[in-house]
Amino acid sequence: MSRARVRFAASLLLLGATVSALTAQPAKPVSEEIVHEVAAQLRCVVCQNLSVADSPSEMASQMRAIIRERLAAGESPADVQRYFVDRYGEWILLAPPRRGFNLLVWLLPFVAVGVGLAITAALVWRWTRRRRGVRPPPPAVDPAMSERIRREVQSGR
Amino acid sequence: MTADLGFGMTLVALGLALYGGVASAVGARTGRPALVESAQHAALGVFALITACFALLAYAFLTFDFSVRYVATNTNLGTPFYYRITAVWGALEGSIILWSWMLGLYTLILIVRHRDSARELYPWALATMLGILAFFLVVMTVAAPPFQRQVPVPADGRGLNPLLEDTGMITHPVALYLGFTGFTVPFAFAMAALITGRIGDAWLVLTRRWTIVAWYFLSLGLLIGGWWSYHVLGWGGYWAWDPVENAAFMPWLTGTALLHSVMIQERRRMLRLWNISLVILTFGLTLFGTFLTRSGVIASVHAFTQGSIGILFLGFLALVLLTALGLVAWRWEALRSQGELDSVVSRESAFLLNNVLLIAAAFTVFFGTVFPLLSEAVRGVKVSVGAPFFNQVNVPLFLSLVFLMGVGPLIAWRRASLENLTRNFLWPVALGIAAAAAAFVLGVRSLLAAVTFAATVFVAATIAVDFVRATRARLRTGEALLPAMGGLLRRHNRRYGGFVVHLGILFIVLGVMGSHAWSVQTETTLKRGETAELAGYRFRFDGLTAVEESNHFKVVGAFTVSNGRVLDVLRPAKKFYPQEQAPIAYVDYRLGLTEDIYLVLGDFTRDGTQATIKLQVNRLVSWIWIGGVVLTLGALLAILPERHKIA
Amino acid sequence: MKRLWRWLIPLAALPVLALLAYGFRVSPRDIPSPLLGRPAPGWALTTLEGAPLSLGAHRGKVVVLNFWASWCYPACYEEAPVLERNWRGYRDRGVVVVGVDIQDKQEAAEKFVRDLGLTFPIARDLKGTVSVDYGVYGVPETFFLDRQGRIRVKHVGAVTDDVFRATVDRLLAEAGSP
Repeated sequence: MSRARVRFAASLLLLGATVSALTAQPAKPVSEEIVHEVAAQLRCVVCQNLSVADSPSEMASQMRAIIRERLAAGESPADVQRYFVDRYGEWILLAPPRRGFNLLVWLLPFVAVGVGLAITAALVWRWTRRRRGVRPPPPAVDPAMSERIRREVQSGR
Repeated sequence: MTADLGFGMTLVALGLALYGGVASAVGARTGRPALVESAQHAALGVFALITACFALLAYAFLTFDFSVRYVATNTNLGTPFYYRITAVWGALEGSIILWSWMLGLYTLILIVRHRDSARELYPWALATMLGILAFFLVVMTVAAPPFQRQVPVPADGRGLNPLLEDTGMITHPVALYLGFTGFTVPFAFAMAALITGRIGDAWLVLTRRWTIVAWYFLSLGLLIGGWWSYHVLGWGGYWAWDPVENAAFMPWLTGTALLHSVMIQERRRMLRLWNISLVILTFGLTLFGTFLTRSGVIASVHAFTQGSIGILFLGFLALVLLTALGLVAWRWEALRSQGELDSVVSRESAFLLNNVLLIAAAFTVFFGTVFPLLSEAVRGVKVSVGAPFFNQVNVPLFLSLVFLMGVGPLIAWRRASLENLTRNFLWPVALGIAAAAAAFVLGVRSLLAAVTFAATVFVAATIAVDFVRATRARLRTGEALLPAMGGLLRRHNRRYGGFVVHLGILFIVLGVMGSHAWSVQTETTLKRGETAELAGYRFRFDGLTAVEESNHFKVVGAFTVSNGRVLDVLRPAKKFYPQEQAPIAYVDYRLGLTEDIYLVLGDFTRDGTQATIKLQVNRLVSWIWIGGVVLTLGALLAILPERHKIA
Repeated sequence: MKRLWRWLIPLAALPVLALLAYGFRVSPRDIPSPLLGRPAPGWALTTLEGAPLSLGAHRGKVVVLNFWASWCYPACYEEAPVLERNWRGYRDRGVVVVGVDIQDKQEAAEKFVRDLGLTFPIARDLKGTVSVDYGVYGVPETFFLDRQGRIRVKHVGAVTDDVFRATVDRLLAEAGSP
């Protein structure tokens, strides 16, 4: 091969290598924080009510390793979550997904506060209205009585 | 022999309790004080018998009497002395004895305190207490007999659950149960009031101190449970929104609402219907709590067992709720008060808002706890409702309550004038805003943390404003400083006790906020001699040692912690108990005022050259425990007998 | 009419009590698997002796995939003889029993196999990826795969002779190309 061709081939190779390096998924260094965030949403399957992030059990530790691997391979946190839900069902999410029937548990507390406030407001309105209610005007003073009072007050001074 | 004697005593106690309940009720109905007297004697007998059962069981534990099945299951020859005593209430059967014993104790105190002071209500209250006591004795005889025989008698027992080998085990159940059972007494008086029709304020005034005491012990039990979880269970947290934790939290929430709404009834003679319903609801929730712990209906860390006991508890809960609420419906007309409020801007309104928020929070916790069951019933799909849900939904409610804590004590009764509002709240609001700004300047970027911090400063400022103003008023009369402050606390102990309790809550809020917003953690595998770094600390893995203890085998890791200079050597361990399937992680920690360092040992290699550890630096958690101490002082101050009756 | 509204209060307690009573009929530990009917995830592990073992190698046979651990007492100890017995009985009929040991130590696993005389292929899931792939949340759990490699039955808890034979017979009887 002529030198020009060799250089040409070499530069093609170099170009190819650079392009593939740029387009390939690099092994992303995954911060423990993201692993913790994802793991905190998943239920540890051998514990009672602990998250995968919190649980000291071996199974949880293995699950965290799986999360770490998948995130490093380029999956998004949502993908990782979906992977677990595919295998364990909705049960593995520590908070029920906000869809369909589950909306009941997410909304009902606020509805309860709203209802409570509405009832309280209605009661308070009724109670303050009663207080502010019409008071009968003080009876008119008889003029003779008022003169007598004036005389007695003056004499008492 | 022990087993038969114990069983016999339980049966006799049950008989006496049933007799006493009926006798007291009949005596009240027919106006025969002699019958009520005999019921009192029966109550005394019940308490004596339950105490004897307790002592007998403790004796069986101390002497390694494995012929009693309960002893054989919960202890073995290696169990240390003091844990053998606390193991008495370490499992289901013992917990029922503890509960019954406390009910018996409270019944006696009720007799001594109220036998002469509440002639009409007393016999019915006594009958209710004995009736409830009888139920627990039925559970003790039928569903969870502590004195069942173990045949053949084993040479060694199974052993105590290693997680229970801790000082928290001694205090947590005791405090919690004192709280739970404490709410039985207000309930008993509420029933007495409903049955006799004397639904005025007498029954409420009588039970005020009971409510505070019960509420305090419940708070204490919850806090000790949090402490226990934090330093034993190895996950670095103190509250997991576990169903059984929730079951204890719900009566605490309604109990707090009750503590505040009774003040409205005392001052303004309003909300009778509401208060009586709240008492019934709180007691019902305590029963719900024991049901949840023991029925296995919802999976939980605490669940003792499943079986017939769940059905018994559910049945009793149904009986109590339907009877009590039925009585409320029956007395509806008499209970409804002609409420009157002077103004929307008043302390009454603040207390009403407080109640709405607390009940909403209790409802949230309740619905979240039972939702998995509902989802399965309706959709056939199992879902989990855990910490992320509860934290998200409850935070706005609790934050609002913190704000209210600052407003309520200072805003005027009846009608708060503009002058009253500015005088009391100008400084606190200004300081709150300044605090939020300071937080922002110091680098706090979480809105929630900043708002929470502002709220706590606001409330603390309101407490300070009130105290300073009141002390100044006293100083003007010529009193010296310390006597002025002391006199203030003593004379108005209810008010200032409340303030101190609020201060304790503030510290707890700070601790919760700090731990959620600013804690960091990481997990890493280290070879011997390698170091990991977190939050300015360096952790060097020094090696593993294996230790043989009396009833378990322990692998301890040594980690040197330094931040420039060597601070400590922490030794998290893994304990292997023969009766447990998986090893128990034993954390080691270094507590501080602003930071806790927390280490959990994970996997390790056989030769001890490599270990995986979970590192945590938790911020401000110690303020939760400090808050608990302050809360205790406040509660003690609040229940002191009053020097002068407040006009 | 107004007088009757008040009785709603005690009646309001009834739905809650009914829900709690419903709780007795279901077990909170009983979680249905979403993998039923779907192709079983493939895997490749090594046996206790160090030989390669993969799921793909057994395509076309009915596979009884059993997850166990030596610390799983007493259930795994109860079902191991059942599995061994049925392995010997069915192995010539196109059925293979495969064990996967999870969260265990090599010596403990070897001791288990030795003490109970197990001869079916057993691999160790060192990193736990296979157990998570199958949605395993405890031991023992057994998956019955049909000849097409789909998960047909998931059995939680110790397998008994009845369960084994009934399920395997049913899967063997199904027509279908391997």
